[in-house]
Amino acid sequence: MSTQVLGVFAHVDTIVDAILRLKAGGYRDLTVYTPVPVHEILDTLEVERPLSRVRLFTLVGALSGTTLGFFLTIYSALRFGQVTGGKPIVSIPPYVVIAFELTILLGGLATLLGMLVLARIPRLTPSVAYDPRFTRDKFGVAVACALGQVQSVRDILAATGAEEVRS
Amino acid sequence: MAQTLAPPGDLYFGWMGVVALILAAGIVAWTAQIWWGMGMAGKRTPEMWAMYITTFVFWIGIGHAGTLISAILYLFRARWRTSIYRGAEAMTVFAVMTAGLFPLIHAGRMWFAYWLLPYPNQRYLWPNFRSPLVWDVFAISTYLTISVVFFSVGLFPDIAALRDMSTGSKKRIYSILALGWEGSDSQWRHYQRAYGLLAALATPLVLSVHSVVSWDFAMALVPGWHSTLFAPFFVDGAIFSGFAMVLVLIIPMRHFFRLQPYLTDRHLDAMAKLILVTSLVLTYFYVCEAFTAWYSGEHFEKASMFARATRQYAWAFWLQYFCNSLVPLVLFKKRARTHTPTLYVVSLFVLVGMWFERFNIIVPGLAHDFYPYTWGTYIPTVTDTTIIIASFAWFFILFLAFIRVLPAVSIVEVKETLAPPFKTRRAGH
Repeated sequence: MSTQVLGVFAHVDTIVDAILRLKAGGYRDLTVYTPVPVHEILDTLEVERPLSRVRLFTLVGALSGTTLGFFLTIYSALRFGQVTGGKPIVSIPPYVVIAFELTILLGGLATLLGMLVLARIPRLTPSVAYDPRFTRDKFGVAVACALGQVQSVRDILAATGAEEVRS
Repeated sequence: MAQTLAPPGDLYFGWMGVVALILAAGIVAWTAQIWWGMGMAGKRTPEMWAMYITTFVFWIGIGHAGTLISAILYLFRARWRTSIYRGAEAMTVFAVMTAGLFPLIHAGRMWFAYWLLPYPNQRYLWPNFRSPLVWDVFAISTYLTISVVFFSVGLFPDIAALRDMSTGSKKRIYSILALGWEGSDSQWRHYQRAYGLLAALATPLVLSVHSVVSWDFAMALVPGWHSTLFAPFFVDGAIFSGFAMVLVLIIPMRHFFRLQPYLTDRHLDAMAKLILVTSLVLTYFYVCEAFTAWYSGEHFEKASMFARATRQYAWAFWLQYFCNSLVPLVLFKKRARTHTPTLYVVSLFVLVGMWFERFNIIVPGLAHDFYPYTWGTYIPTVTDTTIIIASFAWFFILFLAFIRVLPAVSIVEVKETLAPPFKTRRAGH
């Protein structure tokens, strides 16, 4: 059986301290809520995490855009096969414009998709630990732990200066 | 910061009513044009592009400042962008939406607009991908899509903040729009990465869009159009007019909503400097344009330039120089850069000047090409003038609605620029 303990903090340094102590205590499954991205907090959490994979989505989207752009223009030119203005049927320079625009278009849409998929939005119901104060001026850390460990997590949170602890 | 969302007063509804009336007049004019044909818009050879394309280029240009502020200044970490970028981004989206109407209005039978898109059909017909007009379709639709994506991604955290502040039916609407944003660490992690990547994609895009628009002209052989100068010339002009429009929108917003703490004199000063720089660059391009026409030794180039400066459209030609090259020089004075009435007047001059710049490229360009028998003079009609004025009403109606329902100043980014709360100040921090 596992449960969640939530600590609400008002200051950046106290929550960073709490995160470090929780990690030292072996609690890995932390969810931190902040009203704005605070690099002190995110840096503390990011240490052992790989970089966000959104960029992979962007790369794949952008490259598919380039491919689609050239495919569309070259295929349709060959299909129609009409010489105009004495130019080659497949004339690459103008097609670069189409390929460029589609690169950006699909790259951008894939980035949006990547963000939504990886950050798990849209979500229909708020997570259990969420508190409306987290979009205003408070920071929160939700710790997933076994039932038996609740008291020790509560102690850590209280000792580091949480304004409120609940489980 | 949410004060723009408070219930509006009579002034707001008064303005909304005025622009709605103008928009209605425009809709009537468009209906008339569809009913009786393109002659209503004064279209006759050689002036087949005339004011609709002028206004199309003008509105596309307006959009550029928004993307510049939101993407390029983001990549350069220019902190002053935070309090203006939301308004500027909204302006971009609405300006491109306005611009996008003009090719449809101009094309006459706009219900066939889908012919511009590449789709498989039983006749194996595809768009001519060598045509700059088809590039335009791709450039503009990409620009609109990416601007909308960028704008909405920036809005999620703000809407979530509004959701948590509001009650009742407003809360329900904001809850849906916020897509369940909670500000958890994993959300922020992917969000920041995605935002940076979108900015990186939007930066080359914004430079390409007006270049592609300029190739609509530069790829043609018309004297005065066929020039490699056009792409940077158009991009610079676009940024110049875009910043003027940002000021035209932001100065009243700052005044009526008392946003002075967020939109400080520093912001106005920075934007005024950008207007000044782009104006000087534009003057350089004007000199190059005239010089190239003369130095080319090409008879038609020279004749076209001479006709523009002296014949029936000479007043518009000199007005353009006055508005774009002379008036912005006032901004060399530091006091003028933070004096809002001066800035406002300069911005209005810039907008007029930039509209006439596009007019001067398109109308006199077509009026005086290779053969005397194709020369002609274009006379505006009530129909096209009404439609063009109504396009401003459409733009302002969108913007007025926007400042009422969405945070016009980014809540999250402004909070970010404030120092995060620390209990004990650490040394060196």
